[in-house]
Amino acid sequence: MRLALGGRIDRAKKLSFTWNGAALTGFTGDTIASALLANGVKIVARSFKYHRPRGVFAAWVDEPNAVVDVRWGDQHDPNARATLVSLQDGMVVAGVNGYPSVAHDAAGALDLLHRFLPAGFYYKTFMTPSWHHYEPRIRAMAGLGRVGAAIETRAFETRNTRCDVLVIGGGPAGIAAARAARAAGASVLLVDDRAELGGSLLWDNATIDDGPALDWVATAIDGVRVLSRSTVFGAYDHGSFAVLEDRATAPTGWAEPRLWVVRAAQMVFATGAIERPLVFPDNDRPGIMSANAVLAYLRQYGVLPGRRVIVATNNDSAYATAIALRDAGAVVEIADARPDAPNIEGIRVRPASVPLATGGRGGLAWVDLGPCDGSRRERVPADLLAVSGGWSPAVHLFSQAGGALRWDDTLAAFLPDAAGRHVAGSVTGAWDLATCLAQGHRAGLDAAGRASDLAAPHAPASALTRPILPLWGLDLPGTRQWVDYQNDVTAKDVRLAASEGYRSVEHLKRYTTLGMATDQGKTSNVNGLAILADATGQDIAAVGTTKFRPPFTPVPLAAIAGLRAGALFAPLRHLPVHDDHVALGAEMRDYGGWARPACYRGIGETTAAAIKREATNARFRVGLFDGSSLGKIEVQGSDAAAFLNLMYYNEVANLRPGRLRYCLLLRETGVVYDDGVVARLAADRYLLSPSSSHTAGVLAMLELWHQTEYPTMQVAFHDVTAAWATFAVSGPKSREIVVALGGGADLSEQALPHMAMTETMLGAVPCRIARVSFTGERSYEISVPSGYAHALWRQLLDLGEASGIMPYGIESLSVLRAEKGYILIGTDTDGMTLPVDLGLEGPLRAKKIDFVGKRSLLTPDATRPDRRQLVGLLPADPAVVPVPGTHAVLRDGGGKRSLGWITTACRSPVLQRSVALGMIESGRARMGETIDLFHLGQFSRATIVAPCFYDPAGEKLHG
Amino acid sequence: MLALPCPHCGTRDEAEFQFGGEPAIRPPSAVTDTVWADYVYMRSNEKGPHRELWCHAGGCGQWFVLTRDTATHAVLP
Amino acid sequence: MSRTPFRTRYSAAGLLRQGLAGQTGWGEAWRAPAPKPRYDFVIIGGGGHGLATAYYLAKLHGANRVAVLEKGWIGGGNTGRNTTIVRSNYFFPESAALYDHALRLYEGLSQELNYNIMLSQRGVVTIAHSHHDMELMARSVNAMLINGIDVELLDAEGVHREIKIANRDPDARYPIHGGFVQRRGGIARHDAVAWGYARAADAMGVDIIQNCEVTGFRFDGARVVGVETSRGPIAAGRIGMAVSGHSGVLAAKAGFKLPIQSYALQAMVTEPVKPVLDTVILSGSTGIYCSQSDKGEMVFGAGLDLYPSYAQRGNLPVGQTIIAALLDMFPRFRTLKLLRQWAGIVDVCWDYSPLIGRSPVEGLYLNCGWGTGGFKAIPAGGWLLAHILATGQHHPISAPFDLNRFTTGRLIDEAAGAGIAH
Repeated sequence: MRLALGGRIDRAKKLSFTWNGAALTGFTGDTIASALLANGVKIVARSFKYHRPRGVFAAWVDEPNAVVDVRWGDQHDPNARATLVSLQDGMVVAGVNGYPSVAHDAAGALDLLHRFLPAGFYYKTFMTPSWHHYEPRIRAMAGLGRVGAAIETRAFETRNTRCDVLVIGGGPAGIAAARAARAAGASVLLVDDRAELGGSLLWDNATIDDGPALDWVATAIDGVRVLSRSTVFGAYDHGSFAVLEDRATAPTGWAEPRLWVVRAAQMVFATGAIERPLVFPDNDRPGIMSANAVLAYLRQYGVLPGRRVIVATNNDSAYATAIALRDAGAVVEIADARPDAPNIEGIRVRPASVPLATGGRGGLAWVDLGPCDGSRRERVPADLLAVSGGWSPAVHLFSQAGGALRWDDTLAAFLPDAAGRHVAGSVTGAWDLATCLAQGHRAGLDAAGRASDLAAPHAPASALTRPILPLWGLDLPGTRQWVDYQNDVTAKDVRLAASEGYRSVEHLKRYTTLGMATDQGKTSNVNGLAILADATGQDIAAVGTTKFRPPFTPVPLAAIAGLRAGALFAPLRHLPVHDDHVALGAEMRDYGGWARPACYRGIGETTAAAIKREATNARFRVGLFDGSSLGKIEVQGSDAAAFLNLMYYNEVANLRPGRLRYCLLLRETGVVYDDGVVARLAADRYLLSPSSSHTAGVLAMLELWHQTEYPTMQVAFHDVTAAWATFAVSGPKSREIVVALGGGADLSEQALPHMAMTETMLGAVPCRIARVSFTGERSYEISVPSGYAHALWRQLLDLGEASGIMPYGIESLSVLRAEKGYILIGTDTDGMTLPVDLGLEGPLRAKKIDFVGKRSLLTPDATRPDRRQLVGLLPADPAVVPVPGTHAVLRDGGGKRSLGWITTACRSPVLQRSVALGMIESGRARMGETIDLFHLGQFSRATIVAPCFYDPAGEKLHG
Repeated sequence: MLALPCPHCGTRDEAEFQFGGEPAIRPPSAVTDTVWADYVYMRSNEKGPHRELWCHAGGCGQWFVLTRDTATHAVLP
Repeated sequence: MSRTPFRTRYSAAGLLRQGLAGQTGWGEAWRAPAPKPRYDFVIIGGGGHGLATAYYLAKLHGANRVAVLEKGWIGGGNTGRNTTIVRSNYFFPESAALYDHALRLYEGLSQELNYNIMLSQRGVVTIAHSHHDMELMARSVNAMLINGIDVELLDAEGVHREIKIANRDPDARYPIHGGFVQRRGGIARHDAVAWGYARAADAMGVDIIQNCEVTGFRFDGARVVGVETSRGPIAAGRIGMAVSGHSGVLAAKAGFKLPIQSYALQAMVTEPVKPVLDTVILSGSTGIYCSQSDKGEMVFGAGLDLYPSYAQRGNLPVGQTIIAALLDMFPRFRTLKLLRQWAGIVDVCWDYSPLIGRSPVEGLYLNCGWGTGGFKAIPAGGWLLAHILATGQHHPISAPFDLNRFTTGRLIDEAAGAGIAH
């Protein structure tokens, strides 16, 4: 119920929402959980395995039970933690994992079978006839919420920042640390996951520097950069941290979450602690809550979750809850597991007393209290049982960041080993405000690495400081004592796992699923470890913890991907005249990371018809191709020739200026990495043309070899790919168009033969014209600075109109080059192709120097006669184009063996038949042989021929 | 997310760098298949301090040798 | 095959009986013996491969003095850190023979080990995103069909029939163009594979010794005759090492190098949701692979981190890219939340194929270099290493994967088959 007064909610702003269809209200400042509790909702969820009814247990990130489905506007969160979601007007909230509802769940009957379904039961059964027989039904039972049908389209932002000191946690210790580090002159970023700074100060009614603690907070953070509502969820290398800023309730209005990547020189871990449940029979009933959560609901949200309350504890922290409950008008008793009991006015304190059983339908009605051994018990009516089993320091991020942990028997907690790192507050096991402030101040100064004369903040010392009595469950046979609420792991499951040999803490986790639910074991982990330690006769220190991994709390995938998702996921590069292609009706496809025209389909034209038209036109008249994505690397220096000769498979040092040569570039393994035309511009200047997708790789390779192997050579490299646009004019009528372009260069066959180039000017525009052909026709590649690309493209189309010029795309080019047997790297070659496989053996024999990859061409396998070799194939049925990827096979009785595969195939417009290229075992020795082809179970035949189907003498290239 | 020291540009985010493998001494091609295979394929692959090549590809283009602890990712002097 | 002498057989009837008795009578799944001074066979590494090796040595080769030495807890390396996919859709006949041997053994494993490994042959769909991808895929599919692997080529609609929630937007960065499916592929419960082999090996007398780290080798001349461990020296007739993620470290202790570099391979899971994804998906272009576990979590991963690492944690930028790739294919997953991110250390061989066979040191045998494909190969890796240890000879299936291929140059480049972008 909601109290009439109190809490940090805005009672002037009433919010309406629905819970499983019922209309309820809350206030601005509520979480869904506080609003549900205020409305008296007891059952908010069903557990994962036994479908037990569950209520809200905690008040924040540690909540194990209250996972709900939330819709708000077009937002949907199928597995929202009700304790973390700020209530919004119009929210539609529903329980998950319960049918028809979480209050009345048919699958709740499963709980009756619990004795037959212990931890890991599925490993011991469901094997006959096979797992497939059972799996669909088990899958249908599992899962929590449902993935929404709609695709949410929010764009998530990512920001990067750096700071001298990152303070994680905005409680008293973190604020003191930030304040001190700032005073010492450091740039400080304070990250806190709540809407308001203060942490426990929000509900403690504490005093700092002789005034209200929250007044101190307001002045302490002066000059400190603060990220509120922000969770540091991952610690990564070299001081980097991932932070999710939840802006759903930011003062500026609603906005999508934002990912921050923070790089910090130093960090202070002031990450607080998480209250553990007590482990006792039937401790999972709705109405059993963390004592500290009850205090938070009272003070932060003005919610009294019960009127007749038992506070069960083994430490002093829960006394504050009991006193606050008393002050709010509840009837309160304390069951303290420890033998001594202080006097608290208005509260009965039962010493040496723990809950032995609980009962009630749909919620809590009574609790049996008595000593741990259960020798006596007294049934006490109660509608709320607030429990505290002690505190577990939130060492998650500290551990992720590489910090070591040690078990402290006195505090019954894993503590951070602070050596060389900065930690402060309850994460160190300190429960007293004065200590936390002093630690924070010290840590802030240490992290800043400088002194300051700023006085440390002070607070009154705590009244209650009795030590905790560790309590890890009760030895009461036949009872069910929950350790992991969401995944339904009981103390007995932990003991069963240990008895079966799953004694490593990681085995325990995996066998029982302890700590693997969406709360990631925040409440269950230490209790589970302690029971395992007891069951295996080890110290808790020897058992250790499981590894802490990111994220600290579940984070939406879209927020992590941020700007890498959507349009900026591996963005395609655009050609300088991209818009011209689109305007011409080009079908743009992804080729090696570039958006390039596949072909230019006319209205009503099929892709196949367009390819045939474009290829035929380039073959017999003239075509225009955009080759701008082809790499352009300029190589300059007095040793350029000698260096490139060491890099390339082919001889390039004897190339005359103004001449071009087709060359292969190998890996040191001998495998063909890339091919391309190498042009010599001058004695000391070359221009390389790597494949579009290999340009960066080739550049890196050249730099690596130069800097590490040949550092004394005078040579430099420059990638100018984006600076130049290149258009190929190809076909019998190409020369007249290029001549018409003007520019004054002598384009005669004598002056500019095939594989030659010239540099000239088109008006005031520098221009290169190269005679290089990938079509087999006379071709001119014209390059201009990319700013002039559009003008040149338009001009070439205009000048060529009378000659019938048509642009052609990659697919059409692929037909033209296939007819000529020109290979495409990555299509006709693969990660095992050597130059000899392509029939290019000359340089290996002729070149005496140790070029890259040479030695690998001499191994037994490289010189094997039965390697796969590039050949042409003429299908027996000229009307059928074999699918690239079709294999050539040797049929041997019933079996078959692959001889290789077709890499390229097309219907050749000029030959009026199908042709193909392939890599076939001993291919060159099989010239003229007819072999079997195999594709998806179908056989056909083809004859092996030389890999060139058109103009083998190359007469079309010249003249 | 490493922060790596480029000898020219100072410490920069790993996004600017390209990993280049272990440095190796290249033998002449007159060696045996085994010696050649050792150079091309065999790696020390240390757990702990590991000498490796990096290129400040998104910056100055410098290749440099770095010693990095492969167990902790710490950059060592 | 003889029946494995389990102390307690697992069955539904047993669960009922034990249910009435408070589930107290199962006994240990495996013993915790102290190491003996000498064994005929010592297997270093208590992951799936090592435990399977020990099991097959005992089961098929009658070895009765076998120890598995595990430096931590069994199944704690890559066996317990992968995305649980099993498949045999590899390109080269050598690989197909190897991985299909593994898959066939997997198919009978729950029964054989009397331990439910939850082999879910829900199908593995590999996606093509472009015309070019489809051509390469046809090449692979035909190779597999020739190799006797059950695969079907799918068009785009065929893929959408298998994966109802995949992105249908043709303007996706990597639109779905087609794909192929191996229906015998799927997932299995990774921990159960280790535990099942451990329990069965233990039942046949194998000593599984946890928290026992090998710190060095003992030599007699050039031959390895034992190991130094954190629990004292142990003599051995033959030694097998199956220590993915640490092969280089152990090789250095024995005095040789391997053609291996170790990288972190990330894996992630989301919070559990009701079933929406009934198959395993892989994309060669983005490297992404994803399946929905029986608990309802999306289990996914993609490419390697970009530099060698022995730290079992993933790098954030690579993680972001992996998630972006997942969301490109499944935009409806945008609201799902990441629950855990971790990494295994994979020993990546130069040609992405494993090393099985003799090491350069006499008496020491290798099973390593599985890269990203180790889990799916566990039964075959163990079976073949057991064969070599017991007989001193390669089985025909393992012969092509000998270390000597790096000297002859006869590599088996499964870059495409490994399913991740290299």
